[in-house]
Parts: sequence; C-alpha cells; structure tokens
Amino acid sequence: MADLLNLFVKTVFIENIALSLFLGMCTFFAISKQVKAAFGLGIAVIVVLTITVPLNNLIYNFVLKEGALSWAGLENTNLKFVGLITYIGVIAAAVQILEMFLDKYVPALYNALGIFLPLITVNCAILGASLFMIEKNYNFTESVVYGFGAGFGWALAIVLLAGIREKLKYSDIPEGLRGLGITFVIVGLMSFGFMSFGGILL
Amino acid sequence: MKAISVKETRKLLFTPIVENNPIALQILGICSALAVTVKMDVTLIMCIALTSVVTLSNLFISIIRHYIPDSIRIIVQMTIISSLVIIVDELLKAYAYEASKQLSVFVGLIITNCIVMGRAEAYAMKNPPIKSMLDGFGNGLGYSFVLLVVAAIREIFGSGTFFGMQIMPETYPVNNFLLLPPSSFIIIGIMIWVIRSFSKSQVEENENPLKAHTFKPLTVKKEVQSG
Repeated sequence: MADLLNLFVKTVFIENIALSLFLGMCTFFAISKQVKAAFGLGIAVIVVLTITVPLNNLIYNFVLKEGALSWAGLENTNLKFVGLITYIGVIAAAVQILEMFLDKYVPALYNALGIFLPLITVNCAILGASLFMIEKNYNFTESVVYGFGAGFGWALAIVLLAGIREKLKYSDIPEGLRGLGITFVIVGLMSFGFMSFGGILL
Repeated sequence: MKAISVKETRKLLFTPIVENNPIALQILGICSALAVTVKMDVTLIMCIALTSVVTLSNLFISIIRHYIPDSIRIIVQMTIISSLVIIVDELLKAYAYEASKQLSVFVGLIITNCIVMGRAEAYAMKNPPIKSMLDGFGNGLGYSFVLLVVAAIREIFGSGTFFGMQIMPETYPVNNFLLLPPSSFIIIGIMIWVIRSFSKSQVEENENPLKAHTFKPLTVKKEVQSG
C-alpha cells in the first residue's frame, strides 16, 4: 500500500506528466485561458487515463509481450512491434465507447466533458502515459495507480496554469511576448518549481 | 497532373519555417519536442524522424484522399501515421540503437504529434499528392528549425560542446540551468518574442480589459481637512 501511495505522489509531483515530461503540451497551451474549461479538460484526462492505461497494460501482458500468447498455444511469438498501433487503437476505441456511454447514461457529465473527449484521442499525454507504463514495466495494480496519478498531475498543472493566465490578462507585457511567448516562459518557471519536489519519498 | 512551378514549391517549403512556423505560431507539436533538445545529435535524429513521417504521411493520405469516408477519416489517418512511425522506430532500433534508447518513448509519440495530424487534416485531405508532400516536408523543416536552434543554444552554452565536440574553452563551467528540461520553454518563449518583433502581424491582441482606460494622470482631489 505504501508503495502504491509513493508511486502516486511520484507520478503527480516528481514526474508530472505535463511539467516534467512535457506531454500533452498542445492542448495544455491551447485550453488554458480559463479555469473552467481547463478544469473540465483535466477531469476528462483523468477519466480517460484511468481507463486506458490499465487496459493497455492488460493487452501488453496478455497479447503483445514476448511469449505472452503461451496461453493460446503460441510459445514463440513476439508482437511488440505492433505495439504503437495497438495502443492508439485501444485509446481511440475507449474514448469513443466512453463518449457513447456517457451520452446514453450520464448526460450531465456528457455535456460537461463532451467537447473535450474527441480532443483527447490525439493528446500526447494519453499515449505517452501508456508508453511510459510499458517502459517501466508496471503490473496491473500499479498501472491503475499510475494512470490515475498521471491524469491527476496533468489536471493539476493545467488548472494552475489557467489560474495564472487569468490574472496575467491584466498585466502590461511587451508586444511580441504577449500571449504565447509569456505563457512559454511561465510554464518554464512552473516546471522549475515542480522540479523542487524531486526526491520526495513517503 | 499539373506540374508545380518553382515559385510555388519555394512557397510551400519555406513559409512554414519563419512566417508560419508550426511551433512558434500554431502551437503544434511542442509535446515531444522539449525533452529531446539537450544534445544536437539526438535532436537531429528526432528531426529527421519527424520530417520523414510527416512528408510520407501527407503523401499517402493525399493519394487516397478521395476514398476515405469522411466519418472515419481520423482513424484512417492515424493508422497510416502509426504504421509509418512503427517503421521509423524499428529502423532506429536497428541502425541507431543508442539514440533510440535516449529518445525512448518520444519516437512513438510522433503519432500524436499535432503537426502530423494537423497537416494531414488541414492540407493533405484537400490537395494533390506532390503538393502535400512538399507541404509536409516544409512543416517538418519548420519544426526542425526550432528544435535545432534550441538544441544548439542548450548544448553550446549548457555543456560547452557542439555535436559532442568541445568548442568552448576548457575553463567554461557547465551551465546546469540550460541542461535542465524547463529551460527549453524559456528559450522557445524568447524565440517567439524575437520572431514576433520582426513580423508584427503575428502579435496577439491585447486582451486586457483595462486597456480602454487612458493613462492620463489622476487629478488629486484637494481636501481641506478641517480641525
């Protein structure tokens, strides 16, 4: 249990998927002008990551890994090379199913998250978390915690950035730096801030 | 097929580098860009990988653009792109193993790089193959330009080397600030500032709700204090 908690803290703060690994940056810059929109997108990312990372973990361990198909009588197969196309397929399918499910059974949530869900399929953070999970060789329980933690960290980062950008509107910034330029600098400084979490152990 | 004039070719290839740079202006594809810019050689491999993927994906998607049903076009584009990325990934593992280890998951992340998807969706779906290929190549160059400049600054001033060769005097201390990943954000931010100082049309509008106020000096009320 302590291990899992440690993994969670590490994923959220030390290896924050937005600010230390720089994933999902396109949407991170594009949808961080208002806290409300950023919050909705953050929740959507948490939901999708918590579902897709464990799903890809199962597929990797039972289908793609070297010798993983031994339960089907195929001892010497190694399907690792189709990994990338499988993960992205799984993610696209999961997002689509989630969208249809929410539309039918939880319309309130669908209205809140709906516009963000299609954006998420092509978000690097989603595929990136799956790839990091494979690279670090997590087991199923760890992958659930990792998926949730990664989503939580990303959501935290985008809400913080949106908060700063809402206030930033009122400041007098040199012309060329206005908008995108200053946002880059701010994200850089935030990223330095998150680096100071390095080395925390519970 | 109509031949493309030299002028048009030049336009397709070079506008994405400064005037309409995918990273600096369209905020696309920075996702995987920042983590790989510590050393020139790794960055160069990443740039070649991305440029070849975006060029070929634009070409193939443009060839079959009339046969792709509109409702499933994203999936079709994604399948083509991920197949290309798998080929690049396997090639790197075979011929540049060290670099592929350093790039780790970032080669795979070319799939979700917004430049590749963005060009496929915005350009290749509507234009003939050769033009799309040139457009993809141009955008790949635009991406490479920003990445290589950032990597050059970080490697020269960070560790004092260039492609691994020592070029700063031996006494040059290692600058840890530039070796840390967040510095690339600040470098790109400043690059955007420089680019926009030259082409004013890219400057964003001032959204400050207080800008309507004119800055005339406030008239101080003189209150006579009684008592």
